[in-house]
Amino acid sequence: MTEELYEELEAILIQADLGVEASVGLVETLRQRAKAEKIKAAEELRWLLKDELKKLIGEPGVLIKNPSGPTVVMIVGVNGTGKTTSVGKLAYHLAEQGQKVVLGAADTFRAAAIEQLEIWGERAGAAVIRHQMGSDPAAVAFDAVQAGLSRRADYILIDTAGRLHTQTNLMQELEKVGRVIGRAMDGAPHEILLVVDATTGQNALNQAKLFAKAVPITGIILTKLDGTAKGGIVAAVVNTLRVPVKFIGIGEGVEDLKPFDTEAFVEAIFDRS
Amino acid sequence: MLFEGLSQRLQDTFKRLRGRGKLSEKDVKEVLREVKLALLEADVNFKVVRTFIARVQERAVGEEVMNSLTPAQQVIKIVRDELTELMGGSAVQLRFEGKPPYIIMLCGLQGSGKTTTAGKLAKYWQKQGRRPLLVACDIYRPAAVKQLQVVGESLNIPVFALNGQDPVVIAAEALEYAKNHNHDLIILDTAGRLHIDAELMGELQRIRERVPVYRTILVVDAMTGQDAVTVAEEFNNAINIDGVILTKLDGDARGGAALSVRSVTGKPILFGGFGEKSDALEVFHPDRMAGRILGMGDVLSLIEKAEASIDQDEALKMGKRMLSAEFTLEDFQAQLEQMRKLGPMDQILQMLPGANKIKGLDKIKVDEKQLRRIEAMIQSMTPEERRRPEIIDGSRRRRIAAGAGVKVQDVNKLLKQFEESRKLLKQLGLLEKKAKKGGLFSLFK
Ligand SMILES: Nc1nc2c(ncn2[C@@H]2O[C@H](COP(=O)(O)OP(=O)(O)O)[C@@H](O)[C@H]2O)c(=O)[nH]1
Ligand SMILES: [Mg+2]
Repeated sequence: MTEELYEELEAILIQADLGVEASVGLVETLRQRAKAEKIKAAEELRWLLKDELKKLIGEPGVLIKNPSGPTVVMIVGVNGTGKTTSVGKLAYHLAEQGQKVVLGAADTFRAAAIEQLEIWGERAGAAVIRHQMGSDPAAVAFDAVQAGLSRRADYILIDTAGRLHTQTNLMQELEKVGRVIGRAMDGAPHEILLVVDATTGQNALNQAKLFAKAVPITGIILTKLDGTAKGGIVAAVVNTLRVPVKFIGIGEGVEDLKPFDTEAFVEAIFDRS
Repeated sequence: MLFEGLSQRLQDTFKRLRGRGKLSEKDVKEVLREVKLALLEADVNFKVVRTFIARVQERAVGEEVMNSLTPAQQVIKIVRDELTELMGGSAVQLRFEGKPPYIIMLCGLQGSGKTTTAGKLAKYWQKQGRRPLLVACDIYRPAAVKQLQVVGESLNIPVFALNGQDPVVIAAEALEYAKNHNHDLIILDTAGRLHIDAELMGELQRIRERVPVYRTILVVDAMTGQDAVTVAEEFNNAINIDGVILTKLDGDARGGAALSVRSVTGKPILFGGFGEKSDALEVFHPDRMAGRILGMGDVLSLIEKAEASIDQDEALKMGKRMLSAEFTLEDFQAQLEQMRKLGPMDQILQMLPGANKIKGLDKIKVDEKQLRRIEAMIQSMTPEERRRPEIIDGSRRRRIAAGAGVKVQDVNKLLKQFEESRKLLKQLGLLEKKAKKGGLFSLFK
């Protein structure tokens, strides 16, 4: 009876993309706790597992605020995870709170990426600093930070081109963008958010590791949680990088960026609809 | 970890099971437990794994163990054959039959790579003599139309777009335009959408009702996890897809989604995307994908190749020596002879799982023309020199060069390259040892 339940719970975790190792580990912890605390009821076991999972994923993080001057936020990730959209939504979210935002269009590679960000800039009422397609992304980032400084912006958000973590030269380019931002302003970038697509499976962990090798990641944005994917791989990402999930993406509209909520995230994993 | 995946974990099992006649249920179970883990780690859907394992188990129990293979290898071989079979066996070519223009509709989740793929397909078919027209049906995402226009421009392929129109109307008008402008192929780039978005799924249905779509292709990101099954199933139920394109295969994702998608829809995977460049599109090969999902590179084809062309003991010995510090110019020479039968060394090395992760391995290139000169140089050396190349000083180099009819620089280059290769191979060998459960080359045992 109980054995069946354990297997069912393990299956739920694996199907939420938590990965075999984490799933087996969690259920093992559950077994031990159940034994020690003499728990048998299915409902209680479920509750315990959710509790363990919450502990594993940890508290949500909040956006860093630089107390002395603008906060520079760099957005990174593999292709198509939702970086530009997240920059746009974040800009809107900040502008709603009365913050002055400047955007840097440092994806100079993908066709019409600059135009895409410009449209988001209009939606959020944020200025967009841009160069030509194909120009040096570090130079754009530098200019964006300088513009933000001189305009006394509260936030400077830098969109970057999508790149696979296995492309060494592009990862070096990213590192350079980070370095050049630091040259434009001491202590910047203050925040580097890795955008992870909830639809992604185990590969997200490789992504996280290699991005963190190139630039110091400070938090995660988990996008596309409006679909049916559960995004369980963030548990491994959070525990490997030791950085929190800060925001989630739940759609393509301006309002569709929300603060991460561990409790709701865990509940959704067990919500089988 | 370097040699992630199945091959290393199987070493123990291999050892235990060596030298039996028929596959017992226990043999099979032991190996399949590892296979199951490998598949799950590769993101193959949980339920798909379960069905698959059950199927292999049924097939494998009681089967004769082939002479040269151990029971464990035999199970793995069955696993790979079944995987390959499940993914369609051999490569499927999309054929154009009937009356043009042929409309190809691309669809998929947000960010799966539709627009990039649209450009690649247009170029691919243009090279085959077609006259493609790209059509911008993504009217929602900011600058999506512009993106396709830029892609089209860079490829010199016309892009059809209409401002402020419904995608259904755009598709219909594009068809008219194509007929009038002598395009025989129309590629519809549709907006990314969630499979649970009834309204947008309805839009795809309406496009299909309005224009005769020749093939509907689902574009899937190779990094997709467990959800691939749901996505593929829903798209297939709503609009009955004809095939799949798997994108972002140039990364290091194992790509289990390929198996998931294929097994729930039964539709073939037509192409794989291997990069952002417009020519980074390849016909999909189920057998290669099977090896990738299992995380064992092409070890099996290597086994097969080695079996077919050379003595297994020889291959094993060679493999071991290549990875040890004792690899000498003598071995190198023997290797050169073997190569003619087995294939070039760089290719052999590339078949090993994890090999692509070793920096500099791609530099061990032996070009056929060079081969003969290298052979001549090695032949001009004394046995002592071949075993201990470090003793080859300036005067010896001049002698060797004269004997082989090459320049002294050529000898210098050979020795330098050999030294570099030896270092790399040694590194590979050391890493091999570190991957606890035994060497790759024990696969040959
Ligand atoms: N459903 C959904 N789609 C999203 C979300 N975030 C981004 N997208 C879509 O994903 C696609 C890729 O987003 P984009 O921002 O261009 O990705 P980038 O390449 O990382 O900059 C676009 O179609 C976005 O509209 C999200 O949270 N939910
Ligand atoms: Mg972008």
